Parts: sequence; C-alpha cells; structure tokens
Amino acid sequence: MAEKEIKTAAEPFRFYTQLHLSELTGLRASNLPELLNLIKEASDSAIYHHTHRFLLQHQYLSPEPPNDFAYWVTVALGEDCLGEKLASIDTMKYLTIHDLREKIVATIEAYLKACPNSAKRFASEDEVFYLIKCVSFIMPTAYVTNDLRGFVEILKKITIDSIYFHMFEARLRLERKTNDFSLWIEGMIGDKELAGKILKLDPYTYTLEDLRKTIIQMTEKRIG
Amino acid sequence: MGRLEEYIPIVGRGVIDDLRALAERLKGKTVQHINSTAVGGGVAEILTRMVPLFQELNLNTRWDVIKGGDKFFEVTKKFHNALHGRPEEINEDDFAVFMETSINNMNGMQYSGDIVYVHDPQPIALVQKKSDNKWIWRCHVDVSVPDRVVWEFLYSFIARYDAAVFSSPEFSSKIPIRQFLISPSIDPLSDKNKELPEDMINMVLEKYHIKKDKPIITQISRFDRLKDPVGVIEAYQEVKKYIDCQLVLAGGGATDDPEGIKVYEETKEKAGNDKNIHILLMSQNDIEINALQRASTVIIQKSLKEGFGLTVAEALWKGKPVVASAVGGIPLQIKHKYSGLLCHSVEGATFALKQLLNSPAYAKKMGENGKEHIKNNFLITRHLKDYMLLFLSLYCKGDVVYL
Repeated sequence: MAEKEIKTAAEPFRFYTQLHLSELTGLRASNLPELLNLIKEASDSAIYHHTHRFLLQHQYLSPEPPNDFAYWVTVALGEDCLGEKLASIDTMKYLTIHDLREKIVATIEAYLKACPNSAKRFASEDEVFYLIKCVSFIMPTAYVTNDLRGFVEILKKITIDSIYFHMFEARLRLERKTNDFSLWIEGMIGDKELAGKILKLDPYTYTLEDLRKTIIQMTEKRIG
Repeated sequence: MGRLEEYIPIVGRGVIDDLRALAERLKGKTVQHINSTAVGGGVAEILTRMVPLFQELNLNTRWDVIKGGDKFFEVTKKFHNALHGRPEEINEDDFAVFMETSINNMNGMQYSGDIVYVHDPQPIALVQKKSDNKWIWRCHVDVSVPDRVVWEFLYSFIARYDAAVFSSPEFSSKIPIRQFLISPSIDPLSDKNKELPEDMINMVLEKYHIKKDKPIITQISRFDRLKDPVGVIEAYQEVKKYIDCQLVLAGGGATDDPEGIKVYEETKEKAGNDKNIHILLMSQNDIEINALQRASTVIIQKSLKEGFGLTVAEALWKGKPVVASAVGGIPLQIKHKYSGLLCHSVEGATFALKQLLNSPAYAKKMGENGKEHIKNNFLITRHLKDYMLLFLSLYCKGDVVYL
C-alpha cells in the first residue's frame, strides 16, 4: 500500500526549549489581605511562577493544585471555598499574565467582600507564603522539521521542557495567544483541523507526558 | 564514554543535551568554588561529584578549601548554631578569631575565577578580595530565624556579593542583591545512591550486627543536636511499645564540626542497654550508608533545623518511606501524605512511624511517589543546570533571557 503523502511545510518548525531559575524576592504574606497586595504588586514573572511551577515540578502527578495561591489559601488559611475558586480559574481563557492576574485579584477581592472575617485568619509561621519569580532562559534545540512525520518523531524524544515551552510559555508568557504547534500546523502546513484540535486541548488538565502522548496520537491519526 | 552519558538512562538524552548547550554558552568562563572542608558534610559531597561533571562539560571549574584551626571551626560552629536560631554566647574574641583566619585565607589563596562561588559562612569574608569578577554566596544553612548579631555581621559581607543562593524560600529576606532558590541534589550514580546487590547489603548488616528479623528504622546523619538523635530514640521507644522493631542511628563527622563526639556520647547514654538500638559512628563510607538505607523499612530524619536534608532525598531515591520534620528544605522534598510523612514533634514522628510500619502498601506507594519526585527535581543533573543558569543570569538582565 502506498504511504500517504505528507505535506511539506512552507517554513520549517524549530523546537525550542526553556529552562527556569527561581528568583527569591524576600516578600511574604501571612494572611489574605497581604497576599492580595503581593499579587497586585508582583511582577508578571512572579505571577507566572506561582501559576505554572507545579506543571514542571509535579509533571508526573495529576491532579495537583493548579496554582500556589489556591493551594496556600486552602492549606495555610483553611479557606477551602476560595481555594476552590482560585484553583478553577480557567487559565486558557486568558491571553496575558496581566489578564490572569486581574482575574485572581478580582476573585480574592470578591471573597473578602463576601466573607470579611477571612481577613483575620493568619497562617502559622512555618506556612507563610513566599513570593518567588521565574527567570526563563529560552534556547533553540537541534531539532527542526519540515513535515508532520518529522514533527511527531521529534515530539517522541524532545524533553518535556520543550513541550512545555511551546504549549504554555509561548502562549501566555510570550503572549503569542496560541500554542506554537497549532500556529505552525495551521500557518505552514495548512492543516486547520489538526491545528484546531491541538488548540482545543486544555493543557492544564494533563500531565506533560500525557500531553505529549495526546498530541502524538492526534498527529499520527492525521498522517495515517 | 564520558560520565555524563551514564545519566542518560536515568534522565533522558534531552536533559544532557541541554546541559551541553548551556555549557557552550559559558565557554571561556572560569568558576572557582570555595568552601571549608574537602570531606564530610553535604557541601563537600556535592562538590566532589559536580566539579568533574562541570569539567566534562568543558566549563573550567576549580575547587579550593580554606584553612582554619580548631579555634576558627569552634567559632564557625557557634555561628552555624546561632544562624539556626540556637542561643550561643559569641563575643568579640570570636569575631576576631573569625577575621584573623579569614585574612590569612584572603592572602593565601588565588582568586582566578570569572565567577567565585563561596559556600556557607566560613569563607564568607573572602569577598573583600572581589575585583571586577562576579561573586556568589551560597547559603546551605537554615537562616529562617537567625541570631541577629551573627546575621548582621555576615550581612556586611553578603551585601558585597553579586548574588546569593538559598535552599528554601523561607531563608530569603530583603537583601540588596539578587537571590535565587536552588535546591541541592543527590547523585544517582554515586556510591551512596547507586543500586547495590543484596549480598553487599547483607554483608554490611552483618558487619554491624544488625539482624533482619524485625523492621529497621534508620536515621542517617552526623551526630549533631540539630539532627535530634535523642528525639529519634524517644520516638522509637514509643513505637517499640506496639511494634517490635529496631533502630539504627548512623553517621560520621565533618572536619568542621567539633561537637560530634559529645552528641554521640549523649545519644549512647539515651539508648542505654537496648540491644535493638544500633548507634554507629562511622568513618566516611558511602557504600555502607547506602546499604543501611536500602536495608531499612522506614527512614526517619527528625531534624530540628535543616539546611536542606539531603538524606531525605537519598532515602526517597531508594524508594523508602520517610518520616521527616517539616523544617528547612524537607517540605520541598516531601509532600505530606503523598511522598512521605512530615512531623513537628516526637509524638508526630511516633505516630507517623507506626502508620508506615503497620501499613506496608501505603508505605510502598509513598516511597514510589517520592522516588519519582526526586528523579524530576533533586538529581545532580538538575543541579548542574541550575548552577549554569545562575552563572548566565550574572551576565543577563531581565526575566526572559534568549540564549
């Protein structure tokens, strides 16, 4: 049987990777109003760190509290209801860190208004919240492809840091509004359907290995 | 085959490729590590493993050790305890001894690094030799509640560095230089962590007259009050009322820790005549430590303060269930009830030990999760990567850096 013809891309796709370093700020919060102030004043890099670090550090584990703010208000302050609200913020809805921050701030402010007593709860000394920011180092890998067959083969062996970069960091932190894979598959391969399917994934609900498998399966199905 | 290649089956080729790519971007730079002891303790152990790997990556790396007499190390031990929040009487003479030795070291050492990486308080004053190169201070101790007098003394040196590195966010404070969070690591290929054949483990047990006829609870650490060996015995004695088990307390000494023998004697006294308590003051023997950890049913690390607590990572890497105090860097390694059990007291440790000894399936699952967490976050390859990113950050501005 003849092999299905694979379309060559107008421009190749180079896989990049990102590596993170955590920078400490020395800033901390012991209660909800203090946390709110920290979130309002923190750099985008700090908001990004606290909403994304779990993805790489606990990548083998799902489900995991989706962000540090949700985890901290639940575990350290006992604010389960607020924790649930923060954990369920749909990060995919937001195209910039700024917008995501606004949503987190609005969620906490609404909660403090509805439950003013929650401002009086303090975390114990060993459960204080420490603000950390993420420094990202982005570099090209040696992997380049011109078609979907090459794409899928590289996806099988690239580090999860690279997958993370193209699916999460490029979209939100670098404000490309979409993930790099969908962008290339639609723009350079012309496969709107596959690009749309990858775009429709909510990567925040997968472990990175599961995300890798899912994209590989979708692409392999497409190329037959 | 280079040694780096040997890590590929554990962490994957991509991780090693990334290390090579980072090293390429540091080509031409020389890094000089300085600490206070060549053997014993976590810092010397990490550097022993890391320096050859950096050299294999063609990153020019050297390691120097400062010189100091008994008086100097007695003072720095007091500093160490005071930084951990323990009351210590420190007088002007102590600071004078510290400065005298520091000046001798300043004059007797070559500073050839583009980046000089100073580990812990003992060599901190060397920064006075800083010229137009970059200096990093790496704090391996728990400084969450430091004695103010000692901290302020050290602060006058810290402020002269280009960056500081801490093992836990709770050690950070508002300081005028950039500060980074970098956890230490373990080397899965070292004698302390590599796989061991069963007969080797049995040989070590026989050597120390430990029988396998009952569960073994083990704490591996220096004999240091901050590791609370007496508290471990108290927890064991409570557990023993319900479960027939034995306790192993094993560790060596570091050349910069003059208190070890005293604490060892106190521990022996607490153990009394209990034949099921094995207190082993060992010379540096990583294979034996490895064997003792692998032979254990549960590992405990009941430290009162901890810089990071690498023994926890070592135990988890071996798939062992762990009970450990929620201090220093330990909560970064153990997610309570998921990859181990955290405790805050002798009573808490007792309860956790009983849970793990009585529920082997629960204990096994925690050990498995713990191993996965260590693999992803606390192996030496991640540490090499973080150090190279740190070096690069000294030359790059901004939070998003294109290399």
